[in-house]
Amino acid sequence: MAREGVLIHAPYERMTEEQVEQIHHASMQILSDPGMISFNSEAAEIFHASGADVTSITSADNPCWSIRIPEKLALYAIDSAPKVVKLGARNKDNSLILNGEEPRVFFVSGSEANIWLDIDFQSYIKKSNHNVEIQVPEFHPRRGTVLDLCQAAHLCEHLESLDALIRPVNIQDKDVTEDNKDVNKFFASLNNTTKHVMIGLTNLEQLDNVVNMARLIVGGEEELKENPIISFITCLVKSPLQFVDDTTQALIEISRRGLPVAIAISPQGGTTAPIKEDGIVTQLNAEVLAGITLSQLVNKGTPVLYGSVPVRVRLDDLGDSYGAPESSQYNVDCVQMARFYKLPCYSTAGVCDAKIPGIQSSIERLFSDIVVTLSGPQYLHCAYGLLGGNATFCPLQAVLDDVHFQMIKFFLAPPQINQSEIDVSLKQLEEVMRTPQKLYIRYIRRMLRNGQLSLPYPFEAGGETDNVLALAYERMNEFISQPVEHIDSATTSKIFQEIPGILPRLNVYEEGREQ
Amino acid sequence: MEDIIALLKENVIQGRKTKDDEGVDGDSIGMPGVIELTQLALESNIPPEVIIEEGLTTGMQVVGDKFAAKEYFVPDMLASAEAVSGAQDILKPYLEDSDAMSKGKFAIATVKGDIHDIGKNIVATLLKGAGYEVDDLGINIPPEKIVEYVREYKPDFLGLSALLTTTMLAMGETIEALKENGIRDSVKVLIGGAAVSEEFAQQIGADAYCVDGFHAIKVLEEFQKVKA
Ligand code: B12
Repeated sequence: MAREGVLIHAPYERMTEEQVEQIHHASMQILSDPGMISFNSEAAEIFHASGADVTSITSADNPCWSIRIPEKLALYAIDSAPKVVKLGARNKDNSLILNGEEPRVFFVSGSEANIWLDIDFQSYIKKSNHNVEIQVPEFHPRRGTVLDLCQAAHLCEHLESLDALIRPVNIQDKDVTEDNKDVNKFFASLNNTTKHVMIGLTNLEQLDNVVNMARLIVGGEEELKENPIISFITCLVKSPLQFVDDTTQALIEISRRGLPVAIAISPQGGTTAPIKEDGIVTQLNAEVLAGITLSQLVNKGTPVLYGSVPVRVRLDDLGDSYGAPESSQYNVDCVQMARFYKLPCYSTAGVCDAKIPGIQSSIERLFSDIVVTLSGPQYLHCAYGLLGGNATFCPLQAVLDDVHFQMIKFFLAPPQINQSEIDVSLKQLEEVMRTPQKLYIRYIRRMLRNGQLSLPYPFEAGGETDNVLALAYERMNEFISQPVEHIDSATTSKIFQEIPGILPRLNVYEEGREQ
Repeated sequence: MEDIIALLKENVIQGRKTKDDEGVDGDSIGMPGVIELTQLALESNIPPEVIIEEGLTTGMQVVGDKFAAKEYFVPDMLASAEAVSGAQDILKPYLEDSDAMSKGKFAIATVKGDIHDIGKNIVATLLKGAGYEVDDLGINIPPEKIVEYVREYKPDFLGLSALLTTTMLAMGETIEALKENGIRDSVKVLIGGAAVSEEFAQQIGADAYCVDGFHAIKVLEEFQKVKA
């Protein structure tokens, strides 16, 4: 069994077939000339050994290479990359099957905000009438910690629409260092959700510790191949067209181990890529194909996701504007390019510019949530809880997002229209016409009880008031008070014995820490 | 006998009027519903008063509680009310000379010029389910027809519905007509519908304004108390 996601029957596409071909050819042209610049030596060697035209363009203290990737190499990689990628989970029912030829969307949280936004409610009394008192939410930003990450994963476990976890908050505790960060973020995530966990590595040296942890959880190397409960994101390209040293090395090592990896490219339209739709999509497409080519040259058949995170620039401060409609246009086009190559796509929606939960955040995120979902990416990083670009994670916002996605999923269910349904309706009509009141109300009940009707917006308040945030806050606390299935105690002790660096406070079986 | 009454109550809660209804749980199609059980109760010589009080009314109370607790929605409430009102139609002949049979006669109409009737129908169904004898006069009913009806059938309550700001004026005209004919005090007038308000009710001299059918039930209970 695997999660169902939502199948898009007629994916929304902006480009004609001819336009897709034009982008494809232009990307091939970019790959062969000017090609990529690589700050990673091994990548240069690998491309060179495979017949790419590699020349050193090293300046004084900065070794780097120009790599011109011939079209046939890129086409070989597109061909050898798997069209179906399985992402496993601690609870196998939470596995995801990403099929590049089937626009079935899975909704995923993400990614790595530095700030955690706490909420509390304060009372205010009306100046002109002291009997009127209202509750107003206050938001308190602070640096995220590893226990916040535990809580975020715990919450995500209970969000019905959420299919997999990309850790939404960066852990910045004093005792978290570059050396123990990876094991702690993976353990905190894996121990608090039974859904799939995808994470970017901080320190490549920790890769084997992380992989071993996952092996301990599933019971061995083969088991992990069969049920890859973890996968990785690598942002190996710095746009335009540059392989960064460390993340490129990470992609090489992850590919060697055959674990699933999203090759996520994030150019900013206007600064690091053209602001024009065709320009940014062509460049991103070339960059992602360069990454995919590298992964396939290292290890043919490495499960990769075509990862696109394009965003338009803001004009006031040159920051990212995920709320801009252009950002959604770019994303939708990239999904279409991935589908053209039949590769499973990691896409982006829901990131908003607003800094706190409210009207702006809802409008911005819901807009891209709907349009990008309709385009049918298999793995949609849709920013549950993220605010202010991706500077901030607010658990309350994640609860609101869950409801948005339930509505979107409901809307996308295929229509149930067939002769027997029509017969039922005709019979209802005949019955109603015989009654004096001529109302169909009695037939609502069956649909309601069968779960065929959408439920009312759960955070609606009475009268002329808006109490959404307070009601969502209650819901959030309910989720947090529900238990999650942790890794069992025997495996936990094994992990603590064999994997160095995990903070003792993450051990739920230790005295006084049992939850 | 207790079994039949318990089943009756349960089927009111399920909103199953007849054996063909599936109710809330959906697993009892084919089993007797409120109509069949009411007949069975009569055949078993259970007094109609007991059927009403212990079966129908207590069942309806549970339904009201579930509605208040947001476990039930309006369609559930209506299904139960319809089932109860079906039972009352059966019981009516057996109760003819007993006062306990009905909480009173309630006539309801959508006023002249107005054809909206969804709200009016819902109110009628709910009131019938709550134990009132309801007479639905229909839509687009002019004041003179209402006067005629009140004179002849002497209802305890008159409900007027209007959804348009233009037709709500016909409510005032109706009350004036009742006055002119000297029968205004024979009947309590309740008004409702999207166009009207508490203020408007006072302005035209109606006895009460009701937001919805549930409110109407409460208002009527208050009237009963005052009367007692
Ligand atoms: C459905 C509807 C229609 C349907 C009616 C179908 C039917 N079988 O009734 C149709 C399409 C036919 C229709 C026609 C028209 N409609 Co219309 N209609 C509505 C609508 C959308 C909903 C009404 C409704 O059924 N609500 C659901 C029920 C359950 O609620 P309710 O009626 O309010 O009843 C509840 C309470 O008010 C109360 N209640 C009601 N009556 C009573 C009576 C008593 C005694 C008690 C105790 C309680 C009570 O209890 C009920 C149950 O909870 C309203 C919008 C609205 N906000 O009300 C417009 C509305 C009433 N319609 C409107 C208009 C303008 C018209 C038309 C004139 C349009 C046209 N140009 O042709 C025509 C009217 C023709 C006519 N002469 O009446 C306007 C009225 C504006 C105004 N001037 O006041 C409205 C407000 C829409 C709008 N905003 O423009 N309409």
